[in-house]
Amino acid sequence: MGKNAHDIIISSHGDGGLLSHQLLQEIFLPCFNNEWLQEQGDAALVSFNGQKLAMTTDSFVVSPLFFKGGDIGKLAVCGTVNDLVVSGARPLWLSAAFILPAGMEKSELKKVVQSMQETANSLNLPIVTGDTKVVDSGNPSNLFINTTGIGSVYPQARFHPAYIKPGDVVIVSGSVGDHGAAILAERLQFTGEKTPTSDCAPLTRLAEKLKPFYGGIRVMRDPTRGGLATTLIELAAAGAVDLLLEESKIYVKPEVSAIADILGVDPYYLASEGRALIIAEATVASNIVEALKTVPGAEESSMIGAAREGDGSIYLHTRLGGTRRLRMLSGTPLPRIC
Amino acid sequence: MNYQLGRKNISHKLSQSLLQRLERLGRQLVEEKGRKLVLMEVCGTHTVEYARTGIAGLVGDYIDLRSGPGCPICVTHQNDLDRIFSLARLEDTLIVTFGDLLRVPGSYTTLEQEIARGSRVQICYSPLEAVETAAQNPDTRVVFIAIGFETTAPAIAAAIKLASQQQLTNFWIYPILKRVPPALKALLQHPMGLDGFILPGHVAAVLGRKAFTFMPDFGYPAVVTGFEPLDLLWGLYNLLTLIAEKRQDVGNAYSHVVREEGNKRARLLIEECFAIEPVTRWRGLGLISESGYTLQPLYSHLNACLHFTMEVSAASTDPQCACGLVITGQCTPQQCPLFGRRCTPSTPVGPCMVSPEGACGAHYHYR
Repeated sequence: MGKNAHDIIISSHGDGGLLSHQLLQEIFLPCFNNEWLQEQGDAALVSFNGQKLAMTTDSFVVSPLFFKGGDIGKLAVCGTVNDLVVSGARPLWLSAAFILPAGMEKSELKKVVQSMQETANSLNLPIVTGDTKVVDSGNPSNLFINTTGIGSVYPQARFHPAYIKPGDVVIVSGSVGDHGAAILAERLQFTGEKTPTSDCAPLTRLAEKLKPFYGGIRVMRDPTRGGLATTLIELAAAGAVDLLLEESKIYVKPEVSAIADILGVDPYYLASEGRALIIAEATVASNIVEALKTVPGAEESSMIGAAREGDGSIYLHTRLGGTRRLRMLSGTPLPRIC
Repeated sequence: MNYQLGRKNISHKLSQSLLQRLERLGRQLVEEKGRKLVLMEVCGTHTVEYARTGIAGLVGDYIDLRSGPGCPICVTHQNDLDRIFSLARLEDTLIVTFGDLLRVPGSYTTLEQEIARGSRVQICYSPLEAVETAAQNPDTRVVFIAIGFETTAPAIAAAIKLASQQQLTNFWIYPILKRVPPALKALLQHPMGLDGFILPGHVAAVLGRKAFTFMPDFGYPAVVTGFEPLDLLWGLYNLLTLIAEKRQDVGNAYSHVVREEGNKRARLLIEECFAIEPVTRWRGLGLISESGYTLQPLYSHLNACLHFTMEVSAASTDPQCACGLVITGQCTPQQCPLFGRRCTPSTPVGPCMVSPEGACGAHYHYR
């Protein structure tokens, strides 16, 4: 006892929470140690011949492959594109590698690939290299996709959590937890109009509107795995500030909160796949929100909190006027008994 | 939408005014007693919701709210966990369970680790899924872990009846369902220095308010309470009123859901499928008579404990772990020497830290 999760990989190692972090510290960072990796941003910022580039890679495993609002293909393009965008880069090229399960229907694979193509085309983003392998995993829906993206970094974009200062404002570009709730609803086989729709979408249009404010933006992230709470906890720790959030300002759609209630999970820990989390100077914050609201899908953008001096903790000011701490997720959110 | 928004606003305003009244009454009682009021809730959802809404912190100056034996995981005996995990290692056997159980540490392992080693475990949201899985996979032995209180029992009873109707020969139940009122009675035998109890609205919805009318016999006022912010405050306010008026009564602050007699259909379903065990072991509380459910003789062919041989060595628990003291209200999670140090949600030593609705898990996450 007390030894669990120490000797073998268990599924909680892959949820972006505490165990994922421990795995990074214990195995990956000591071996691959270098200045770019040390930054641990959403993308690595590298320079070549005076040109600043951003490079990122992400692997996608999602069950089911098709869900309300998207599919694994769209997700694989958006996920990598968004990591580049929130790093202040314009995506230039994408790679796509597939690990196909023996037994998968070709028509199903084609649907996934077409969805990738549509999403990439809409962004004028070429998928310039790829790879396929087949594994006999026994489960024909075990499709895994890896995408890598390279983009050029806008010179005005100098994002880093270390730049966060007390008084800065936290902005989110819409409702939170939609994607995570949509996946949970699919797994529960809930259907119909009132079930959550994934927010899976590229953040490129949103980034266009944000460009004039890049000078006042300290850092951007997309709150995917681990949701809003985990992403902000990482930023607060890296920025060595406390973040105080207002529950009443954070928009959780009724259908998302219904699913979260049923399963006893906290929507703040459910993934979004089409939202930007921005920490900016207070002077530009309201202009940023106004600009974001003009982008379709980001109408619900709002300021949800502010930074203050502290040691890297997150506090949530509840609707009733109480305050509670948000901690890093340990283990995938599990449905409760009662 | 507007109606919803309107309702939310009204509820918010009501909550604020209720909170003010609660505070006035609370501070007055603190002055009389010369100490904070010590109250106990006995429901995992209350543990979570009082923390999540910030109410526990808001009333913290005058109310010390403790979490009693209300989390099914927390009161499950280590030996039961070890036996369940040993089932997961059997060939051609699939364990179907609610998600909470996945990371609970037994003496040697967790279900999550057993999955990584090749065991088959399916997380379900409804016990009926387990029956469906068994029907679709006749070559697999499916064992459903029946854990919970009177709240989950009716749905599990429905699954038992369905499996029986379908004459499944590959479906079993591992019964560790527990009954809340006998556990409360056992808890009340000991002098606890408590001022009153917040009673679980879900359990009372099944059993009725009258199932708790024994509370005053032990000298405690108690109030059946719901789970929305307004319900949570209303329950506390009613309880403080009883304390102020020195009335040892059982109030119902969740009367829009909880009836005097409870839900008769649900109770009949439970009685039809489950028999009351003479004695059941609880983690932290020890042996309590008539506090658990086993299957009725009619359904005993579905009892995994009778069908499978489970050999496990005596349970080992960490001697420093204070889970037993925590759920009997004798210490707060923070007073446990392991809390937040050796025992965290990712390295839980005791079961109160595993489930987010466990006393320690909720304290760690929300306070």
